[in-house]
Amino acid sequence: MTDKNIQLSIGSMSCAGCVASVERALNAVPGVESAVVNFAEHTAEVSGNVAAQALIDAVIAAGYEAAELSGTEEESEEKEAAEFAYYRSLLKKASVAGVVGASLFGMMLLSVMPSLDGGGRIFWAMVAAVSLFVLVYSGGRFFTGAWKAFKGHNANMDTLIALGTGTAWLFSTLILIWPGMVPAEARHLYFEAAVIIIALINLGAALEMRARGKTSEAIKRLIGLQVKTARVVRDGKEIDVPIEQVGLNETLRVRPGEKIAIDGVIIDGHSNIDESMISGEPLPVEKQVGDEVVGGTLNKSGTFLFSATRIGKDTALARIIEMVRQAQNSKPAIGRMVDKIAGVFVPVVLLLAVVTFLVWFNFGPEPKAAYVLLTTMTVLIIACPCALGLATPISIMVGVGKAAEYGVLIRNGEALQRAGQITTVVLDKTGTVTEGQPAVTNLIPAANWDEARLLSVAASIETGSEHPLAEAIVAAASERNFSLSSAEGFEAIAGHGVRAQIDGRAVLFGNRKLMDDHSIALSELPTEAARLAANGETPMYLAVDGAAAGIVAVADPIKADSKAAIARLHKIGIKVVMLTGDNAATAAAVANQVGIDEVIAEVLPADKSAKVAALQTSGEVVGMVGDGINDAPALARADVGFAIGTGTDVAIESADVTLMRGSLHGVADAIAISIATVRNIKQNLFGAFIYNSLGIPIAAGILFPLFGILLNPIVAGGAMAMSSLTVVTNANRLRLFKPEGAQS
Amino acid sequence: MMSFVVNLLAVALMGFIVWWFWLARPGAERVSGSGAIEVLVENGVYSPARIEVPQGERVTLSFMRRDPSPCAEKVIFNELDIALDLPLGEKKKVVIGPLSTGEYSFSCQMQMYRGSLVVQS
Repeated sequence: MTDKNIQLSIGSMSCAGCVASVERALNAVPGVESAVVNFAEHTAEVSGNVAAQALIDAVIAAGYEAAELSGTEEESEEKEAAEFAYYRSLLKKASVAGVVGASLFGMMLLSVMPSLDGGGRIFWAMVAAVSLFVLVYSGGRFFTGAWKAFKGHNANMDTLIALGTGTAWLFSTLILIWPGMVPAEARHLYFEAAVIIIALINLGAALEMRARGKTSEAIKRLIGLQVKTARVVRDGKEIDVPIEQVGLNETLRVRPGEKIAIDGVIIDGHSNIDESMISGEPLPVEKQVGDEVVGGTLNKSGTFLFSATRIGKDTALARIIEMVRQAQNSKPAIGRMVDKIAGVFVPVVLLLAVVTFLVWFNFGPEPKAAYVLLTTMTVLIIACPCALGLATPISIMVGVGKAAEYGVLIRNGEALQRAGQITTVVLDKTGTVTEGQPAVTNLIPAANWDEARLLSVAASIETGSEHPLAEAIVAAASERNFSLSSAEGFEAIAGHGVRAQIDGRAVLFGNRKLMDDHSIALSELPTEAARLAANGETPMYLAVDGAAAGIVAVADPIKADSKAAIARLHKIGIKVVMLTGDNAATAAAVANQVGIDEVIAEVLPADKSAKVAALQTSGEVVGMVGDGINDAPALARADVGFAIGTGTDVAIESADVTLMRGSLHGVADAIAISIATVRNIKQNLFGAFIYNSLGIPIAAGILFPLFGILLNPIVAGGAMAMSSLTVVTNANRLRLFKPEGAQS
Repeated sequence: MMSFVVNLLAVALMGFIVWWFWLARPGAERVSGSGAIEVLVENGVYSPARIEVPQGERVTLSFMRRDPSPCAEKVIFNELDIALDLPLGEKKKVVIGPLSTGEYSFSCQMQMYRGSLVVQS
């Protein structure tokens, strides 16, 4: 919910009189301040403190249709403009501080700085004033931020920068005013250090911001897919209208080479559509009347008309963008642990700075004052909690975006981390390894039966069944124009088959178990069945009035790329198991063809989840791949559930990973990207930890007793500014990652 | 003598740091009843940074980001699995709860902007 106005598209408004009804319905929703319906555009603009869904419900209750319109692209453009303005302001601040700092530093190198005595003090007073101006202009936000955080019992990055540079300036000014307060050899002034540190930190922040912009390229690419105008057919005329004005069920025209504006169903014409930008599927998909089209995809060849079924924030693209955004914002366990450290980091550094002060004050060489100031200031400046805090989220951001490029939607950071730990992938057979579109391949009638009667009876009993194999048998009968009889007393016996009365005769249709349970004599049929099963076909027995009538064999073609995808999983050391309700012989035949390691066949749908649990008990980290509907319990039980073959319908939002295309390559891509992302996070964390745990002691002067090495605060400032930038740059490397063997 | 005083002050400073940042509680904005609680994101902090709300009520937090730093662009409630993008200069609301008693922290991605929602019985 936001305070912004909510724009709705209103459908089914047939006359201007409807306007009043819709406005009345909207105004009756608690929290609505005003609601204005535009009949010409079929939109409503509502302002107030109210959820869009409440408005949609109210409109639907009043007998109309409604959907929230998306403003994602505008949001993105506004965000980019604001970011660019801030980037420029950082550069400007860095430049001002840089010019002043570099001039002072250059003069120091050339030894043209006057001493603190006599007229030199006027010069130094001017330097102090100019430095103060720079600290206020270029570094003012650090001081304000530090003070505000302090008042709230908090300490952040600003605290460290403000304390480090502020102490340098203050100490230098005090020496300028009262030179006698420290011995002559300790009268070093640090105006140039304070100014250069501010310059470097502003420059680092600007560069980091630029690099960060690239980390969200994936989401920008998705947002960029959104179309601004659509060609709608109104009153027989085709007119171009802004996308916000397209209503539900309106007819739209798409010509070759044009992007499809929103989601819909083709009502006239056909075409090849490139859906690669959303599903990752590299080949164009042929679509005809009745097929769904998705907003943001590209029409390649034909021209067609389609009816809008989802608009605004309901479209697949808008929902994908939202899902990716949510996932990019989430953190895995590894990140949450680091958060705890980052949360107490700054106060701990403050304590370390005081300890450094005490050690140098009590045990340091003369001039103590100079050493104490130098080391304490450097400890404050070098510590960088940002690199630590940024390490995880920035990689997640890039990793989740990268996955989206491959048509893999990862639910959250936790799923991403777990996917990288998978040791066993369990595949459902139908629709996962195979196409999921079975066809009748063989009819073997028993004595006194013929193929036509066998198929006709089998199709008659399967008419009432929703099993995919049943659909294949009914389709085969209808292709041959067989007339089917109605089945009475239909009963599905889970995992076995079906039974019913057809034309007064008792019919059983199913697997060997069903026949054995009813003591049907099968004669030579099991030999035939074994031969078919060894070929990857699924044989089903038909029995009529207690006698075998024959076998109907159905085969589901294996997806062309299943074998290659499984080989990729093997290559990264993952065991592949197939879990299916199909008979053992057919399952083994399919498994052999694609190189699956282990087959668990003849599993009842309800038992799939238990099989996954058994694998987990044996120590495996299980990724379950299934269609997301029939396999929902097993997907939920698995460590990572992959919903496959959902096309562009992102209804299955409960899966940990949704594969937008039907290929098993998506599983290999998801796992490879997860492994790469977790590796990237670990590199970032290692870098940030090492940086801080080496940098802080060195800044404190730990190398001084042995080697006489002390870190210059300017170097510390540069290192600090670069540390966050390094983390962001390393995360950006992930953008170039290509999973080995990936198809797109 | 001088040395003793400096040491004493430094130790006192350490004590102050521990007390201020870990032991002392910042002032909280107490809220009851309906209406959104405005949280301003500016100058590296959330104001108010500590919000006390009664148990069993839904709370609406309205974040207004005036801080252009990219660090401020997200607010994350780790324990509640809520992450919100905060567009610059725009109010963004989130409805939370009802929650059981306890302290729920919210922060930017880097844990530099920090706040907490305290649910009291």
